[in-house]
Amino acid sequence: MTPELMDAGTEALNKHLGAPSNAGQSGGRKASYGRVVEPDQLDVTHGSILYLDDISVSFDGFKALNKLCLNIAVGELRCIIGPNGAGKTTMMDVITGKTRPDAGTAYFGSTIDLLARRENEIAQIGVGRKFQKPTVFEQLSVFENLELALKADRRARASVFFKLNSEQLDRIGAMLQLIHLKTQAQRTAGLLSHGQKQWLEIGMLLMQDPKLLLLDEPVAGMTDEETERTAELFLSLEGMHSLVVVEHDMKFINELTTRGTNADRKRVTVLHEGSVLAEGTLADVQANDKVVEVYLGR
Amino acid sequence: MSAVMTSSMPTMSAMPAVTVPRSALGSKGWTAVAVAVITVLVLAPVLNLLVPEGSALHLSDYAVALIGKIMCYAICALAMDLIWGYTGILSLGHGLFFALGGYGMGMYLMRQIGRDGSYHADLPDFMVFLDWKTVPWHWAFSESFIAQMILVVLVPGLLAFIFGFFAFRSRIKGVYFSIITQAMTFAARLLFFRNETGFGGNNGFTDFKRILGIPIAQPSTRMALFVLTGLTLIGFYLMARWLVNTKFGRVLQAIRDAESRVMFCGYNPLAYKLAIWTLSAVMCGIAGALYVPQVGIINPSEMSPASGIEIAIWTAVGGRASLIGPIIGAFFVNGAKSWFTQAFPEFWLYFLGALFILVTLYLPDGIVGGVKKLLNKNKAEVEA
Repeated sequence: MTPELMDAGTEALNKHLGAPSNAGQSGGRKASYGRVVEPDQLDVTHGSILYLDDISVSFDGFKALNKLCLNIAVGELRCIIGPNGAGKTTMMDVITGKTRPDAGTAYFGSTIDLLARRENEIAQIGVGRKFQKPTVFEQLSVFENLELALKADRRARASVFFKLNSEQLDRIGAMLQLIHLKTQAQRTAGLLSHGQKQWLEIGMLLMQDPKLLLLDEPVAGMTDEETERTAELFLSLEGMHSLVVVEHDMKFINELTTRGTNADRKRVTVLHEGSVLAEGTLADVQANDKVVEVYLGR
Repeated sequence: MSAVMTSSMPTMSAMPAVTVPRSALGSKGWTAVAVAVITVLVLAPVLNLLVPEGSALHLSDYAVALIGKIMCYAICALAMDLIWGYTGILSLGHGLFFALGGYGMGMYLMRQIGRDGSYHADLPDFMVFLDWKTVPWHWAFSESFIAQMILVVLVPGLLAFIFGFFAFRSRIKGVYFSIITQAMTFAARLLFFRNETGFGGNNGFTDFKRILGIPIAQPSTRMALFVLTGLTLIGFYLMARWLVNTKFGRVLQAIRDAESRVMFCGYNPLAYKLAIWTLSAVMCGIAGALYVPQVGIINPSEMSPASGIEIAIWTAVGGRASLIGPIIGAFFVNGAKSWFTQAFPEFWLYFLGALFILVTLYLPDGIVGGVKKLLNKNKAEVEA
């Protein structure tokens, strides 16, 4: 090889390296082609963790969801707002397998079809859900609540012979600390205050190590201070987990969207009559005429 | 029963220390179990068989029969507690499982009569009466004690498994589940009433003579059955106690409190419910098999709707979701029943109804719950 050819090669290489990439939206991760699809393994190489398309649900003729489309990116914190009856809870029911839609597709990552799975399977592959009304195991202690939520073999026989190891014990301890219930660990969960139950439920969700968290009105019934702390907790989860937060409390939404890593660039989705009315930053959405009309009834 | 505290890793300032609370049977509990075992295994036989009849300490045959019977009921109540008290599923079909176990034992006992029946034939009397020449297919193993004992476990277990699988898979819950278990029991009763079914129809099985070749009515045989029943009850109690304190047991209680949360935690409630439901049915079947040789009769009245409800009443009166409660309840209600039906025969049902209303109104956690509350109150007063 002559020096001239080598120089020409270097020049060509530099030219190619300098050229803008056309790799597309692969999320900046691994190549999105030429991989083996593993069952139950979340595949987020396309950059999105939840993909709903054209979902319709109707109850006795009432359209709870009407061709809903939603796309949540990996690590995103998405707030969803909307007036009562907009279909927010039904949307969560569809994602978690509680309600079967009449039409549409729902994917977790790019390979897992959510509509083909049952509630417990969806929970096991990494979708955690918090209910609107705090739902904890009232007769069990706070500690036992977390223990049951802890990621472990869910089969009945495994549960008979299950023993906590010290690492799991530490995880529960750390979680008790995080949700500020350490002093209440042995208390029966039914005796906690409303806000504490909300925290316990969030703690139970986190014990499962979900990749996607669906939070239905997580700060309902909380004091201002508790709300503040919840916002802080969610912001700290952003990036590691993907979060979908449904809330009415605009102050809380404001808190979530204007702080954290992606401050002021976070997307907010407005649902109305079962479909997406608007999507954009909180400021954009609040300035949107259609949104104002729906909320103020003009 | 004191809580055994297991402390976690050495506490560092950054690492929060957590303790695992587990209510295991403490030394007091084990002493109580030992006392129960000695009572059943030594005290009762000695007082019944060795102490002469005139003595004040003598345990009469009547009392042995009565307590033996009630211990069978207590096993049923314990089984009911596992499925109702701990898992929140009210079954009104436990009378059926009890009767199936009883019939399994009864078939064997019928064959043991041999040629001593009123017709002096090889076949049981009712088959001779129906002019049958051979035993029907489902009596094929009835001459083997071991085979029948396997059936005592298998038949209620299998029926419960199949029934439970479809019911739980279809997510039938609450009162709907109670109603279909009741309907199942009633259907079985109609089936067993028919002579063609081959279970002695309306009269069922009775007039037993021997068990394992030993005369069934002699005091030592009755005592042996009594001891066996007592040990079974204690064994089941310890097993239930262990089971409800495992993670499996806590998942059951979680299903009772919030089944949807259990599902969204990733558990499949079907497997858990089916396991405890089947276990509960098998326990009842075994209780039935112990009951029949002691009482000397089994007929379709054991499958009456009232029998399933009665099991629920024993459990509720004693106290749900405490394992000693249903045993106390079975003894209390049945003890009261045997006294009442002698003293004021007409008023028993009124009393039972009143008892159930009073317990529901004033002791929602049963006798055990009431005593606990009283003790806690006293303790609080002493401390104050």
